[in-house]
Order: sequence, then structure tokens, then C-alpha cells
Amino acid sequence: MPVQYEGIREEHSAVRRHAGMFDVSHMGEVEVEGPGALAFLQRVLSNDVARLEIGGAQYSCLCQEDGGVLDDLFSYRLGGDRYLIVTNAANHGSDLAWLGRWSRGFDVIVRDVADRYAMLAVQGPHARAVLGRTLGIELPSRMRIDHVRVGHRAALVCGTGYTGEDGVELLLDPEVAPPIWAELRDAGVVPCGLGARDTLRIEVCFPLHGNELTPQRNPIEAGLGWCCAEPTGFLGAEAVARARAEGTPERLAPFLIEGDGIPRDGNPVLGGEEEEEVGTVTSGTYSPSLERGAGMAYVRAGLAEPGTELEIDVRGKRRAARVGSKPLYRRS
Amino acid sequence: MSEATYPDDLRYHDQHDWARLEGEEHAVFGITWYAQDSLGEVVFFDPPEVGATIDKDASYAEVESVKAVSEVIAPMSGEVVEVNDALQDTPEKINEDPYGEGWLVKVRLSAPGEAEALLEAPEYRKLLER
Repeated sequence: MPVQYEGIREEHSAVRRHAGMFDVSHMGEVEVEGPGALAFLQRVLSNDVARLEIGGAQYSCLCQEDGGVLDDLFSYRLGGDRYLIVTNAANHGSDLAWLGRWSRGFDVIVRDVADRYAMLAVQGPHARAVLGRTLGIELPSRMRIDHVRVGHRAALVCGTGYTGEDGVELLLDPEVAPPIWAELRDAGVVPCGLGARDTLRIEVCFPLHGNELTPQRNPIEAGLGWCCAEPTGFLGAEAVARARAEGTPERLAPFLIEGDGIPRDGNPVLGGEEEEEVGTVTSGTYSPSLERGAGMAYVRAGLAEPGTELEIDVRGKRRAARVGSKPLYRRS
Repeated sequence: MSEATYPDDLRYHDQHDWARLEGEEHAVFGITWYAQDSLGEVVFFDPPEVGATIDKDASYAEVESVKAVSEVIAPMSGEVVEVNDALQDTPEKINEDPYGEGWLVKVRLSAPGEAEALLEAPEYRKLLER
């Protein structure tokens, strides 16, 4: 996926106002199948997998024993004992190794199926209408997955995405992906690149593994306590329960720049009464929808409340910022 | 601006900046078509202050696109006498009209002779082709 096709701003606003598509075929897929699939996934994923119905989707963290986040991923229940997990490209190999290691003792098969799928995310307020019309298929509701036929091949369509807009993600046979892409483009769906993917997800405060999420951070400080069900006893549950009960020294805070300046990853955050360094920006950009600098930063826990005034040190210039609430951008 | 252009009346710095000499002592600076095209849609221009001294080959301002920030290199030395304030509200002028409304600063030159070392349009074009 290129950074941009025509321009980040144009692509960004296509997704916010109409429909855009992303070739996210770099994402990895792992199939987990067998009588022990539920018990195994309950052990490795942070969410309560028992609540996942057939045809349902669920967001989880993959944690190590100390609660550090190895990856964040969507799992889909394809059948009774059959699940599909979509991994971040950079973590696919290490996720597979981790899942393989912890699958011992469970009656389950963990299969790398990344080569079997191309993935297109079609997102925006008109995405469903255009897609349904173009492909002639029924689309699942949000957080559901359906088996469909696209280009005479079996495909999966999921009511998920990474933009804060309505839309779906298609898991296609790699051979049919290019003609489907061309067909959607002809139907007016705007090709979008990594740049717009980043600005869109930052505006709605979706974390990115490698930026907000790392093995050195637990889901609680990242604001992902909602996808952790410690009573299931998942790997890392004890550490997560402790972090939830005792609090964490730092919290992830979304923020907006008050005036000029565009924050960037790694910029120091200043605040508190002493105006000392109290954190670091993990994702920073210009928000095309809000027309100003926006981002997320880990800051001292007491300074993560919405409304808190901070300063971001943007290459030596102090830029006034204010902690916002999630999501920073809300559809009007 | 979709078409690459490098006007003949400008002098170019190899870091993709231009200078338009005005009389003996003044010049207007900006970034070239190539520079704005590489950067993408400019969303913010962080100018120097009027009165600031700027040095040839050193950074004197920043332009940012959605994705990246880029330092602007001074093609010549001098003192900033005017800043294009209109860019605060319409930084996209740097993309749309890099040699006109997208100018960045006007400078009183401290060493007008430095112009000798700058490139003429054909030379700059050749540099881009390499």
C-alpha cells in the first residue's frame, strides 16, 4: 500500500464523506480450528472469547505473561470450532510462533493462512451501498462476518474497519482482488493509502501496534481495559488485573493542538505545575477533519483527563495542547 | 499545480529552493515545484520572524504536509524583511502557486554576490534529471 494515491487530504475526506478503499493485503491471517479452539483462544486472547457467536467479530489484545501487548487483533468465529484471526503484518510471524507455542496441550490446529487472502477495507458512509450494488451481495451488520461469493470465489466479508466510519473489510482470493479493486474504483470508491489510514485512525483514537501498543505497555494504560476479561485467566490476566486495580503510572491520552503546530511521533509532552516532561507523543499528525494538529501521547496518569492543558515540544517549539476525549473526531 | 515548471527568471539552490532577485539588495525566497510535489499537500508553514538573520545553506523555516515536515534551506544570506502571512490561512498556495502566491519570505541580502553560486533554471532541471 502506497502512502498516497492522489493526496492524503482528498483520500481522507473521501472516507469521511463518501467511500474509500484500502488494500490491506499485508495483514496476516491465522486460522484456529479444533475441539480445543475456544479453550485455547480463551487462554491467549484478552477478550472473553466464549461470548463470540458464530458469525461474530471481537477485538482482543494478545498479551505476554506480564501483560505487555504483543499484538492487537480481530478474531472472527467462522464456525463452531473454527476461528480466523487477523494479525498486524509486522507481527504476523511472531504471533504465529507465540500461538504455536501456547497451543501445546490444546486439541487445536493453528494454521498460517495469510497466503490465502487478499484484504480490502471499503470504508465510508456510502461504502455499504456502493459495495452491495457493485458486488451484488448482502453485507453483514457491524461486528459480524459472512461467507459470500465474490468473482465466483468464496470470500469473507466483515463488518469491521479502522477508520471510525461504517464499512466492511473483504477477505478475498488473491486472484480476484485486482479486478474487484478496479470494479470498485470504477463505481466511485476512492483508492486510499497508508497516509489517510493513519490520519483517519488517529482522529478516532484507534491505537496502532508499534506506536500506542508495544510489549512494554499493558492494555490498561493504553485504554483497552474494555477488551480484557481477566476472569477468563488469559495469559497476562494477573498483570492486567493488577494494573486495573492499582492504576498505571502513565495513561494514553488523545489530544488536540490549540493553535499552530503539528505534533509528530516522539515529541516530548510537557505539563504539570513545573512544566516538566510528563510524556511522549506516540502518534501525531495534522487532522484533515479537525484542521489542526492531533495525536495520542502517553502522559503521567493524573494528566490524562479530558480538558487537561499540556504542551507539546515540536522540534523545540512549545505548542499548546489539550487532552480530548475519545474519539477526537465525531461524525456530525 | 500538476505541471513541473522552473521559471527562467529565478535562481535555484540544489536543496530545491528558489530566489527571485529584486534590485541589488533584496530577494524573495520560496520552494520549487519539485519540492512541493515531493512533500505533498502543505498544511502548515512555520515562518521565521521578521528581522531574523538567515544564513545561506541553513534552515530558516519549516513546511509541513499531512505526513511529513521539511526544513526550508536559505539559498542566500540576509535579514528577513517580510513574511508571506497569507500562508497562515492558505498554506496550500505553496502547492498551487509555488513561484507566485506561495512565496515564503522577502530578504535584505547581506551578500548579494552569493547569487553567482546559485543555479540557472536549465542547470537545476538537469540536477533533477540525475
